[in-house]
Amino acid sequence: MSDEQDEITVINAPVYLKYNFTAGKAPARYLTQLKKGVLTGQRCPKCSAVYVPPRGSCASCGVATEEEVELSDKATVESFTIVSIPIPGNPIEPPFVVANLVLDGSNISLIHLLSECVNEDVHIGQRVQGVWNPESEWDYSMNNIRYFKPIDEPDVPVEKIGTLPVTGLEG
Amino acid sequence: MANLAAVVGIGQTKYMTKRTDVSIAGLVREAALKALQDADLTWDDIDAVIIGKAPDMFEGVVMPEAYLTDALGCNGKPMLRVHTAGSVGGSTALVAASHVQSGTFKRVLTVAFEKQSESNAMWALSNAQPFSTHLNAGAGGYFAPIIREYMRRSNAPYNVGIKVAMKDRLHGARNPLAHLQKPDITMKEVEESFMLWDPIRFLESCPSSDGACAMVIANEELAEKSPKPPAWIRGVAMRSEPTMYAGREMVNPQAGRDCAADVYKQAGVTDPRRDFDCAEVYVPFSWYEPMWLENLGFAPEGEGWKLTMEGATSLDEGGDIPWNCSGGVLSSNPIGASGMIRFAEAARQVRGDAGAHQVEGAKLALGHAYGGGAQFFSMWVVGSQKS
Repeated sequence: MSDEQDEITVINAPVYLKYNFTAGKAPARYLTQLKKGVLTGQRCPKCSAVYVPPRGSCASCGVATEEEVELSDKATVESFTIVSIPIPGNPIEPPFVVANLVLDGSNISLIHLLSECVNEDVHIGQRVQGVWNPESEWDYSMNNIRYFKPIDEPDVPVEKIGTLPVTGLEG
Repeated sequence: MANLAAVVGIGQTKYMTKRTDVSIAGLVREAALKALQDADLTWDDIDAVIIGKAPDMFEGVVMPEAYLTDALGCNGKPMLRVHTAGSVGGSTALVAASHVQSGTFKRVLTVAFEKQSESNAMWALSNAQPFSTHLNAGAGGYFAPIIREYMRRSNAPYNVGIKVAMKDRLHGARNPLAHLQKPDITMKEVEESFMLWDPIRFLESCPSSDGACAMVIANEELAEKSPKPPAWIRGVAMRSEPTMYAGREMVNPQAGRDCAADVYKQAGVTDPRRDFDCAEVYVPFSWYEPMWLENLGFAPEGEGWKLTMEGATSLDEGGDIPWNCSGGVLSSNPIGASGMIRFAEAARQVRGDAGAHQVEGAKLALGHAYGGGAQFFSMWVVGSQKS
């Protein structure tokens, strides 16, 4: 070994970040309901769009939202990606499918995991349903739903994705 | 009516994976000095400095601009930091331009940078949010489903993104500053590269780069006295929209269309494909070329991919509207600087100073940047003539 040390140009100095999140009225209500196993959104008084998670306003119309709407845990795949690299800070092992899902009764997509599926068969318009953790493990978290899995219902035509009532396609 | 302003100096570092020989301060100073040299000016000739970079989380240095004043010669001068996510390089140039167009300053220096080797952008873009699942897998994870939706709607052949990935790297091989130098790249090589975020392959994604870009922007009087040809700023526009709202058009965002319409109107552009000689457009994932071709009005909706496949956007194929002659974001991506590089490369083209990636006789060029969830847009039009 050489006596001379390599010149040091970079050192690792990790930063850890822990913060308190003030949820605000609408997300607080959403998280409280979620702990009871209920998915809730809020309807815009102007354009009638239902937001989930609700943020207390409609970003399109710029007005406050108050009317609470109970949603289904059935959803439609709006789009998706098959991820082949790990997510920093998340133990999930690739490949896994992350989908943009629109819950029945809402008009905006959220992202969640798709599982119990053949990755290559996942497609836009596919019908899926949430698989919940045991009730004893429910928390103020969307992780109460472990993942969504395909269900035996006909695909939703593309033009209808994002418009389904809480009763689903047949409703 | 705004006063005329022009780019009179451009400086860029060589883009690469790691610049361990310089600190962030050294990196920005290198680009700034090159821009001053290009304009035949010194620090004393600069009235103010406008700096931009992407989120502080990237390098973990909070408000880096505060400690960069020294390196950028602006002790005792105004300094302002701009931040609009990935589009920041573009919006920083626009804030700099507006300070000259308004008459506030005669000559400003603007700089944008990123030192990705000191950062973890994937981590910084993947942090958990309290009311959502922790599944955001970086920028690629966010944009992949949007690209998939574009593919479905347009019915484009599967290999359009592959073609863009090859084309921009062939352009980059003409540009000695480009990070990736792949003169022998083939579509087969791109197609066989690892699928990261299906449908985005490894070689369809931008690299992680260290680098900085700087420009000197001067008013009409000073620009006319400048030793090298100025790039006259003929139009400037920014638009933004929320990340999420019901019914948001993700593939072809309204803010991008509005921004383009605004900047074209200022510059008298009615048919972008015909009126521009070239464009530098923010394409970090290959499929964003056909998507932005449509969003920016170079092609009708659903047909952007045809321009790509015909070779219209390729220098090597003699295309009529070459996009990203410098190699684009797909060849070099110091995130915070990437937007400014687009603006600077558009200016290089109309100054006739783009070396081996020069579009012969280029008179009018578009510089474009986007950021966030494709929600912040910055654009400028630069020309070899004042009007």
